Amino acid sequence: MRDDSPINSFILLSLLLSFAAVGGVNAVIPELHRQVVEVNGWLNDRQFADMFAIANASPGPNMLIVTLIGHSLGGFSGAILATLALCTPTCLLTYAVGHLWERFKDAPWRIAVQAGLIPVTVGLIAASAYLLARAADHSVAAYALTLSTAAISYFTRLNPLWLMGVAAALGYGGFI
Amino acid sequence: MADSTSNGTLDGVPTLSQIFFTFLAIAISGFGGVMPWAHRMLVEKKGWLSHEKFAEDVALAQFLPGPNIINLSIVVGSRWRGPLGALVACVGLMIAPIVLMMIFGELYSRFGDASWLNGPLEGLSAWAVGLIVAMTAKLARPMFHSRRYMAIFFAAVAFVAVGFLRVPLWWALIALGPLSVAAFWWRLR
Repeated sequence: MRDDSPINSFILLSLLLSFAAVGGVNAVIPELHRQVVEVNGWLNDRQFADMFAIANASPGPNMLIVTLIGHSLGGFSGAILATLALCTPTCLLTYAVGHLWERFKDAPWRIAVQAGLIPVTVGLIAASAYLLARAADHSVAAYALTLSTAAISYFTRLNPLWLMGVAAALGYGGFI
Repeated sequence: MADSTSNGTLDGVPTLSQIFFTFLAIAISGFGGVMPWAHRMLVEKKGWLSHEKFAEDVALAQFLPGPNIINLSIVVGSRWRGPLGALVACVGLMIAPIVLMMIFGELYSRFGDASWLNGPLEGLSAWAVGLIVAMTAKLARPMFHSRRYMAIFFAAVAFVAVGFLRVPLWWALIALGPLSVAAFWWRLR
C-alpha cells in the first residue's frame, strides 16, 4: 500500500477528525464530505449520501459512516483501521479527562467553555443537515420526505423505524 | 451470572461480562440513535445509574470530542471497573455495528449500482437527512426559546461559514471556538 493511497489518507483524516468531533460525529460531516467528495473525489455525492443513509439505518453509533467509507477505500482492514483512528484518540482523552471532570464541575472556566462550544456545535450540525440535504435530495418529493421526517420526529415520539420503512417503500415504489 | 442484589450485580458494581453484554445490547437496539437506548438500559432497566448521574455523564460525553456514545461507554465503564471496564464497554458497543457495516459495505460495493436498490436508497437518504434536521431543531430550540442572542449569533456564523462558504472545519473551530468561549466568559463573569 503506497503512503499516498486513498485509504492511508482517509485513516489520517479520521484520526484528525477525531479531535474536531466536538458535539459528536455529526459536527464533522461537512468536513468529511468536503475531503472525501470535493477535495479528493474518493466518492461521489450519491455514494456519500447512500453511505450516510446506510449508517443511519443500521443500529449502532452514527459514526459508522466512517467504517463504511473505510471499507469502500480499503476493504475490511480499511474499515477497521479507519474506525479505530476515529475512536482511539478520543477514547484515551475521555478516559483521562473523565476522572478530572467532577472536580471542575462548578469551575467558571468550565461553564464558559461548555456554554461557548454548544452554539458552535449547533451551527456545525445545522451545516451538516444542509449539506446532506443537498447531497441526498434530488427531487421535490425527496425534500418533502426529508421535511416530513424532520417534522414528525421533532413533534412526536414515533419510533424512527416506522418512518424508515415508509421511506424505503416510497423509494422502492419510485415516488422519490 | 448470579444476580444477588436488586440491581442485578454482586457488589452493586456491574461485572465485566455484564458491562460487555449490556453495551452490546444497547448497540444492537440503537436504531436511529443509541443514546436513548443507553438511558433505557443503564437507568431504567438495570438501575446502574440515576437519572441525574446519567445526565451528567452525557454532558461530559458531549463536551469531549469524539462520538458521544463511545465517550459515555468510557466514562461509565471506567468508573465501574477501571481501564478494563472502559475497554470492555467500548468493545461491546462497537463490535456488532462494525461487523454489520462490513457486511453492508460489501453488499453495497456489489449491488450499490443495482437499479432495484436505487429507489429504496433515495428514500432512506431523504429519511436520514430528515432525522438530522430534527436533531438540529431540537438542539437549537432552547436558544430561540430563551432568546440567547449571543448563542444564536455564534451558531449562525458557524452554519454560514461551514455550510455555505465551505470554510474548512479546522479554521472554523480554531477561529470561532475561542471567540465564543471568550464571549461567554465575559458574559458570565
